[in-house]
Amino acid sequence: MRKILILGATSAIAEHCARIWAARGDALYLVARNEERLKTMTADLIVRGAEQAHSFCVDLNDMQKHVALLDAAETAMGGIDTVLIAHGTLSNQKACEQNVEQTLAEINTNALSVISLLTHIANRFEAKQSGTIAVISSVAGDRGRASNYVYGSAKAMVTAFTSGLRQRLHKSNVAVVTIKPGFVDTPMTASFKKGLLWAKPDHVAPKIVQAIDKRKYEVYVPTFWWVVMAAIRLLPVRVFLKLTF
Amino acid sequence: MTAAPQTTATTTISGWGGYPTQEAQVIIPRSLSGCKTELERHSSLIARGMGRSYGDSANAATVLQTTCCDHFIAFDDKTGLLTAEAGVTLRDILKITVKHGWFLPVTPGTSYVTVGGAIASDVHGKNHHVAGTFGQHVVSLTLLLGTGEIVTASPTHLQDLFHATCGGMGLTGVILVATIQLIPVKSAQITQKTIKAASLEEACEAFEVYSASTYSVAWIDCLATGKRLGRSVVMLGEHSDSGGLNLTVKDPVTVPIHTPAALLNSMTMRAFNIAYWAKAAHDKTQTVPLQPYFYPLDALGGWNKLYGKAGFVQYQFVLPKADGVSNMRTILTQIAESGAGSFLAVLKQFGPANKNLLSFPIEGYTLALDFKMSSSVVALLHRLDDMVAGMGGRVYLTKDAVMKELTFKATYPEWQEFEAVRHKYGALGKFASAQSKRLGLA
Repeated sequence: MRKILILGATSAIAEHCARIWAARGDALYLVARNEERLKTMTADLIVRGAEQAHSFCVDLNDMQKHVALLDAAETAMGGIDTVLIAHGTLSNQKACEQNVEQTLAEINTNALSVISLLTHIANRFEAKQSGTIAVISSVAGDRGRASNYVYGSAKAMVTAFTSGLRQRLHKSNVAVVTIKPGFVDTPMTASFKKGLLWAKPDHVAPKIVQAIDKRKYEVYVPTFWWVVMAAIRLLPVRVFLKLTF
Repeated sequence: MTAAPQTTATTTISGWGGYPTQEAQVIIPRSLSGCKTELERHSSLIARGMGRSYGDSANAATVLQTTCCDHFIAFDDKTGLLTAEAGVTLRDILKITVKHGWFLPVTPGTSYVTVGGAIASDVHGKNHHVAGTFGQHVVSLTLLLGTGEIVTASPTHLQDLFHATCGGMGLTGVILVATIQLIPVKSAQITQKTIKAASLEEACEAFEVYSASTYSVAWIDCLATGKRLGRSVVMLGEHSDSGGLNLTVKDPVTVPIHTPAALLNSMTMRAFNIAYWAKAAHDKTQTVPLQPYFYPLDALGGWNKLYGKAGFVQYQFVLPKADGVSNMRTILTQIAESGAGSFLAVLKQFGPANKNLLSFPIEGYTLALDFKMSSSVVALLHRLDDMVAGMGGRVYLTKDAVMKELTFKATYPEWQEFEAVRHKYGALGKFASAQSKRLGLA
């Protein structure tokens, strides 16, 4: 039985991962902002087979509470061996361009709050010489693009931070898994027109759970995004400048 | 705080038959309170689950899709009492309850339907003659009314609302939560017995002979004519006592694109039916897992695309038991002459009707088959509707896409009482679908 802490637990991707873990009989500790949905989810996960399901209602932008929530999760489950950091917001790029505060708020939610959590968790796992930390980054962090570079740059920071953290914690037997989903059809992206590149959260979640089981380093989900992003990264700047995506 | 907005861009929706289509704004609330918020924001809408009803009963300009309200609330593995949000699918339920020895009391031919949809359609299964409909096993349900009020209805509390909601096609309110009594099983296997019936009369006789059998259904060859008219493979089933409770739930193989409609024509269907009949063994008993027994088509995701882009209409009607066999023969002759019937035709004997106002089953014989959509099919269906109505039967609203208002009102005589209940609970105008408008409901 794993003891799993999920941050941003009500996100569609995290919820589908939680259901897989529940079916396996793991213990789960859910952290999110919406009390009603946390209560619904904990009851649901117990029926689905979770050994335990606890919740903690907090806005993760409130970094003063990070230590308290980690302590609470450790107490409730008798330790933590796996963490999934899945919280985030899809920035309104156009609005951010006109508003510095909004831009910084997006960076705060999508990068700084993640880094705060990662720092605390890394130190705890390093001390006990075990654990797996998985973070949902994004393909958007692979190259900044005009259409969503605020979100993308926050995710780039998360990707770079986890890369360094992975190297640091390698000798301590702590795995750091960076997950880069492509387009996923979730409530966060409900207003987008969907095409062939879109995946459903219930298809993405098993791949994420598997990557965590196998303690992978960096995974694109679905896998074909590795090819897409490799091509986009390789585009010469003068070509890239003329594109409109 | 409230969850993020969930409204999609306008998109084209349809029922499982792919006909008719409609431009719609699809709202996917993330919680039950989100359903209430959305209801207050829109003047008229219809609830939608997995979109598995065949025609236009979940089509509207604004649809409230419950697929994110898919949480279990409680399950007691001692009593088999299950409480879940309306968006939970039957497939999800089986994954959790079978291993504890509990199965659905009634299940339709696909597990990809939501609990809310199963109640709104008051679905039936191969055990209708002994177990009735899905709604008869609903202990209570929570409904979001047009007024924004949330109430609980059951066979003993707000009975009028309960009996209008089970089978009410979502027109009384949005079903939010339901408590269902599951049935105990000792195994995830079914002992199946097959009997070949050379004609319709033999098939109907088999239903009588094996009326004590828990499950019974016949696959009928709708293209056979003359003496062979109605030749069938009757399949009986009982829950096994052995084989363990391990349910294997496989992901389906998906039909990726619409196939050219010409692939399914009377030639290929005739060939299928002949092969199916020839392959079936008479009086053979075998043990099969629950999944392929109840949901053979679930293994082929998106099988509806096999009918091409124009889609299809699934037509299911019931005829009263008196003169049922000879009346069925008359209709089968008509279908066989049209040459338009499908290779998926299912014959079943229904037990008595229940108290639900718009519930489909009445005691007698029911036949379900597909018609590939074409300009001539609507006229054929209207002809069949008239024949069925004239024989005292009726057509299943969950599959209907073309029925006329007059036919509906003549064959569902309790429609006025249904409207009175809707009026009493603030549903008139608030909940409406393309189907309810076509059928002349307010």
